[in-house]
Amino acid sequence: MNTSVSVKKALVEWLPALAVTLALILAWEVLVDVLDVQHWLLPPPSVIVAEIGDSFGFLMQHARVTAAETLLGFAISILLAGVLSSGIIWSRTVERTIYPLIITSQTIPIITLAPLLVIWVGTDITSKVIVIVLFTFFPIVISLVAGLRSVDQEMVDMFRTLGASPWQIFRKLMIPSALPNFFAGLKVAAVVSVIGAVIGEWFGSSAGLGWMMKIAGGQFQTARVFAAIVVLSILAMALFAAVVAMEKWVIRKYPPTANRVIRLGDS
Amino acid sequence: MSPASHQTKSTNNNIAGSEDALLAVSGIGFDYKNAPILDDVRLSVDSGEFVALVGPSGCGKSTLLNLISGVLEAREGSINTNGLIRRTERLGNVSYMQQKDLLLPWRTVAENSRLGLELNGVGKAESNERVEKLAELFGIADVLYQMPWQLSGGMRQRVALLRAVLPDNPVLLLDEPFGALDAITRRSLQQWLLNVLDTADKAVVLVTHDVDEAILLADRILVMASDPGRIVADIKVNVEAGTAATDISMSPGFNQIRARILDLLSHQEVVR
Repeated sequence: MNTSVSVKKALVEWLPALAVTLALILAWEVLVDVLDVQHWLLPPPSVIVAEIGDSFGFLMQHARVTAAETLLGFAISILLAGVLSSGIIWSRTVERTIYPLIITSQTIPIITLAPLLVIWVGTDITSKVIVIVLFTFFPIVISLVAGLRSVDQEMVDMFRTLGASPWQIFRKLMIPSALPNFFAGLKVAAVVSVIGAVIGEWFGSSAGLGWMMKIAGGQFQTARVFAAIVVLSILAMALFAAVVAMEKWVIRKYPPTANRVIRLGDS
Repeated sequence: MSPASHQTKSTNNNIAGSEDALLAVSGIGFDYKNAPILDDVRLSVDSGEFVALVGPSGCGKSTLLNLISGVLEAREGSINTNGLIRRTERLGNVSYMQQKDLLLPWRTVAENSRLGLELNGVGKAESNERVEKLAELFGIADVLYQMPWQLSGGMRQRVALLRAVLPDNPVLLLDEPFGALDAITRRSLQQWLLNVLDTADKAVVLVTHDVDEAILLADRILVMASDPGRIVADIKVNVEAGTAATDISMSPGFNQIRARILDLLSHQEVVR
């Protein structure tokens, strides 16, 4: 397939998505103008774009802080989820001990913990990272445990008859089998992690997009709030795209049993 | 049927007989959720002997293989494979090919074949060499670096068998190895199996529901009954070996044995 054909194909595939997005933005612009909405109440897209251009350096400076917190929190979450789900798979006692605690941690409104964390650990990066971890480790643990458990008992028995140790079964059978589920959880966590960072910043910080939105909102600089939201969305989408790229790379090496995408609309 | 059942009885007494048997199972009982699956099962397979287990579905044939291989622990009785008595000792020292091919989708044919060697610490170079040495004989030399999904069912079974036999254990268990294949492929693989397996110093146990397959491949056929699973007949196959499959199945000896086994199996259903 030559380049111009594949570009054309991509354009056709993405055309509906692009058209709907542009239509929504256009409707927003026109409605704000026609209904004569005050810009401090709801700025039209053109004003938001202009604001992004005007305060680009300022936005990037704070985006960098938020991105750093998000990446650190996300990485710690993956490590923590890996340890917790391995323990749950390994021992029934660990499962009985840890699972209720994990569920309980998610029933607490994390948003109410954020101000307490500022009191306990201060306003530096630690409090944000803790909030991000609380938001993101749960979907990763749940999906990882489900993935590790998705292995056929017959497969495990086959490994045992070949003399495999429990560790070999874990590493050479269960981990590769868990990858599709693991990435499903990772995608959820990637998007949520940015929200965690903003909530962490909201309750005690001196930098970051969340802090910026709080300050700008208090001064009725609504266009700046929206500019920060746009940058946050881009940040979340970039993290999501990175996870998808990693998934594609890993799954090519470890193809799952069914490598066909089921789409009912095509049948 | 009276002369036949008489003969059955006399061979039954020798079942757990010879001292130099590679595989000796005696008085095995196994329960699942308090229901007896196997009761007082005894059998013995000598070096170089190929034994087939036939019986109605649900009679515990596969359970028996799981017990011999060490996957399951028996309630009572003892199993001895070449001196290995404890279940955990037998795990990894009895070759066992399950009903499904169970190939890992993320490994090539060669990587799947050498799994057993890899798990026992045989180096990559050596295990690859051993796979390549047998690949030609197993008819998979051309697909060694393909992925399992690219293979037909028959080819996948060949890979699964190579994976099972590469660790070169004295006892080999085959659980319906061709059960999921179409009749033509199955026929050609049965003949192929006889050529491929170097059974001179091995004890082979084949579980099958196909009576023809059992007569064609085995030296001896054990007929099982269910509820609870037990061995009810031990029949020596004395059909001339070495001829093509089609010729054997035409011979009077073949038909005689087949009629006897089918009679034993159908009799059970009447009783139940």
